[in-house]
Amino acid sequence: MATGGADQGTGGSAPLIRFEAVSKRFGAVAAVETLTLDIAQGEFFALLGPSGCGKTTLLRMLAGFETPSEGRIFLGGEDIVPVPPHRRPVNMMFQSYALFPHLTVEGNIVFGLRQENIGREEIAARVAEMLDLTRLQGFGGRKIHQLSGGQRQRVALARSLIKRPRVLLLDEPLAALDKKLRAETQFELMELQRKLGTTFVIVTHDQEEAMIVADRIAVMNQGRLMQVATPTEIYEQPNSRWVADFIGEVTIIEGRTTAPGAVDSALGPLAVADSAIGPGKRLWLALRPEKISMSGHRPAGEKNAVAGTIFEIGYRGETSAYKVRLADGSLMKVSVVNVNARGRAPYAEGDAVWLSWPPDAGIVLTG
Amino acid sequence: MRDERNSGGWGRRVIVLVPYLWLAIFFLAPFVIVLKISLSQSVLAQPPYTPVLDLTAGWQGLKTFAAQLSLDSFGLLASDSLYLLSYFKSLQVAAVSTVLLFALGYPIAYGMARAPKAWQPMLVLAVVLPFWTSFLIRIYAWINILQRDGLLNDVLMRLHIIDTPAAWLSSDTAIYIGMVYSYLPFMVLPLYASLEKIDESLLEAASDLGCPAWKAFWLVTFPLSLPGVAAGALLSFIPIVGEFVIPDLLGGSESQMIGQTLWIEFFSNRDWPVASAIAIALLGLLLVPILFYERLQLRSLEGGRA
Amino acid sequence: MKRGPSPFNIVSVALGLAFLYLPIVILVLYSFNASRLVTVWGGWSLVWYRELLNDAAILSAAWISFRVAFLSATAATVLGTLAAVSLTRMGRFRGRLLFSGMVYAPLVMPEVITGLSLLLLFVALNTDRGFWTVVIAHTTLTTCFVTVIVQARLIGFDRSLEEAAMDLGCPPFRTFMTITLPLIAPAIAAGWMLAFSLSLDDLVIASFTTGPGATTLPIRIYSEVRLGVKPEINAICTIIIAIVALGTVISSLMTKRGASQREQAALGAQV
Repeated sequence: MATGGADQGTGGSAPLIRFEAVSKRFGAVAAVETLTLDIAQGEFFALLGPSGCGKTTLLRMLAGFETPSEGRIFLGGEDIVPVPPHRRPVNMMFQSYALFPHLTVEGNIVFGLRQENIGREEIAARVAEMLDLTRLQGFGGRKIHQLSGGQRQRVALARSLIKRPRVLLLDEPLAALDKKLRAETQFELMELQRKLGTTFVIVTHDQEEAMIVADRIAVMNQGRLMQVATPTEIYEQPNSRWVADFIGEVTIIEGRTTAPGAVDSALGPLAVADSAIGPGKRLWLALRPEKISMSGHRPAGEKNAVAGTIFEIGYRGETSAYKVRLADGSLMKVSVVNVNARGRAPYAEGDAVWLSWPPDAGIVLTG
Repeated sequence: MRDERNSGGWGRRVIVLVPYLWLAIFFLAPFVIVLKISLSQSVLAQPPYTPVLDLTAGWQGLKTFAAQLSLDSFGLLASDSLYLLSYFKSLQVAAVSTVLLFALGYPIAYGMARAPKAWQPMLVLAVVLPFWTSFLIRIYAWINILQRDGLLNDVLMRLHIIDTPAAWLSSDTAIYIGMVYSYLPFMVLPLYASLEKIDESLLEAASDLGCPAWKAFWLVTFPLSLPGVAAGALLSFIPIVGEFVIPDLLGGSESQMIGQTLWIEFFSNRDWPVASAIAIALLGLLLVPILFYERLQLRSLEGGRA
Repeated sequence: MKRGPSPFNIVSVALGLAFLYLPIVILVLYSFNASRLVTVWGGWSLVWYRELLNDAAILSAAWISFRVAFLSATAATVLGTLAAVSLTRMGRFRGRLLFSGMVYAPLVMPEVITGLSLLLLFVALNTDRGFWTVVIAHTTLTTCFVTVIVQARLIGFDRSLEEAAMDLGCPPFRTFMTITLPLIAPAIAAGWMLAFSLSLDDLVIASFTTGPGATTLPIRIYSEVRLGVKPEINAICTIIIAIVALGTVISSLMTKRGASQREQAALGAQV
């Protein structure tokens, strides 16, 4: 089981970025609380959490726009807290893009390069390369207000990447895009990151996005780290009820261990795969909706089977989300792929059904 | 239903027509009259110019009227160096004042824009308040300070910077002080308005891309404040060219600004045609800056409506 | 722009404000100076205020000025608001370019030109010059200032409030009167105040367009000032400053309280 708070899995080599016991207070409010985190070179790292969890503050401290109240931040082994933003090898893509309205597309992209001592040919070469990479060829002379949302986003990306930073920070970069464009851009970002090998740190409140793009995710809540792990680990092996509930859909059942592999709950005796916990301990079982099978009759041989009536069906095209009311009054969430042609639903609201799952499908949580 | 739409249309027309007619009658039409008077000749009569347009005399009256118009007044302006010098001096004073206003006004406006958000309305009020307490009074206050036995000389003598009272009044220096003092709000407020609109994230982006603070100011803040600079400059330059009160009360007798010349021609010499010619020439001189200002205003209006 | 002021910023603003207020402060102080001379402090005294009360010429000029200012400010506010509405809400009507030209020109036009032209108009129309011609002249001059202030407020106004009202069945005119007008009222009030003080203050245009028996305060003060500094003038100036300052502070307090109440109501609705 993964634990939160300490860093996880940078793979042996020294981390590129290290937050060491960093705190940030705004007046009496602590936005970030004694946080320690490592990010590896070449990672696509996501900071995920609800509004106000401190993820944006953390990002801005890395960029240099906020100074930690306590703690240190290391980049490549060097303490960067005393370094002002314009001298950090870190570049940021702003949520509002922050494109300069009085400059053209090319003027915006070249802006950062002009601050360094780079020769004209080199600049021209990099600009051409960047316009290619972000598919903005031919747009160089346009003014910002003439561009669509997606095009502006690419200009903002080009402007940051052309400086070849060690770290690229992305502050909710896809929030303003529509769903289809967002999906395409997520893919493009991943490709770009792979091609360039630059460390990307993205802040997002969209879980799906974090899971798609990131190599590892840090889930934050109220200024603290809840869990830092790969997307699969976070989804399949959350370390707490909070994380299990925050990510995806879940049904949580409270119970008490009776014997190794056996748990007593409001739904009756249940079988779990984890036998490491001693008897008489209180625990919670987290069940993901896609791991539960639904049938019209009691399945034979299943140790975990409960009866219920369908309370609500939420049709989502690819899947349907069923809410089933069980004997003790609680609701269980089940997700079923709509395999039937023409969307013929196998069940309707009010039907009596049996829900079952294998012992190892349930995630055992002690906190 | 039909009534409602009709009355709506009628109402809309009234809304536009009322100010339109007022301005057409009391602002636009008078200029035509000034033009006509500038083409007339001075005469000892009431009104003190000829010819007088008599519509009752019909077509013949119109022809005699047209025949009597002359460009004499304009000829006088072109030939007598007094007028040319006045125009030149006015442009010079206006240009220098505008530069001084910019140099003093920009830091003030910039400081206001960077103040804590809660303080800004109060700062705006503080800058505007003197402007609302009477222009004449404030010029008068400067007379108090600048006169021979006034406060400035008193302070300077006590500090032993000078031995005898200097003549601050009746000089170009006094004029510049008066101009800068009176027109400062006209420069500061448009500047502040455009500076305040600049999104902070643009400066963060500049910093992120490698600009130290001064460079971010020069490459991002200043260019984006240019509309405010243009508005402030025009709102100062154009009226200062025609200023009367400040040079009259604070200036010396060596040279006159064109506003004073016009005043004297009208009130002292009772030469209405020449005064009108001065006004027309002044209008012609200022036409380009005025049109520029109109364009600026329209553009900001459109930008706002978008 | 938020980042917080640097010491340079603070000093610039402080020096700027000091420069603006210093002459006024000196003027006010000397209106209480018992001595006639500016360089000699004779102690606190209200003698000049007493002299002022005996100076009938100045008092009648002040009264005329106040009446002119009141009437012209009110007329200018009506015209200016109509003009602002025309420019921001009436779309592209025929003659809009000329209209906007006429509306904004007085902002920059030298006063000697406008004063002269108005006088010549009155002469051509054979009207007697006096109180009412000054009122007309001041109205024409100050309308543009009202327009600029009200227009700025109308542009920043949240149209969705008007749209919501019309969606609920309110015809456009009534929407304007019951929704828009109350919310832009502070701007209209500010426009009135500005027009009032501009009129109270105007020397040049009043000089051109006035007639016998309609001597305004600035004209009176101007003729006295040319003869030299007179302490009674300090006194009347101080009184005017006090009135305007008081009026401004009161109106800004009222605006702030009204605005915060409305803001809270709007925020409450959002939650």
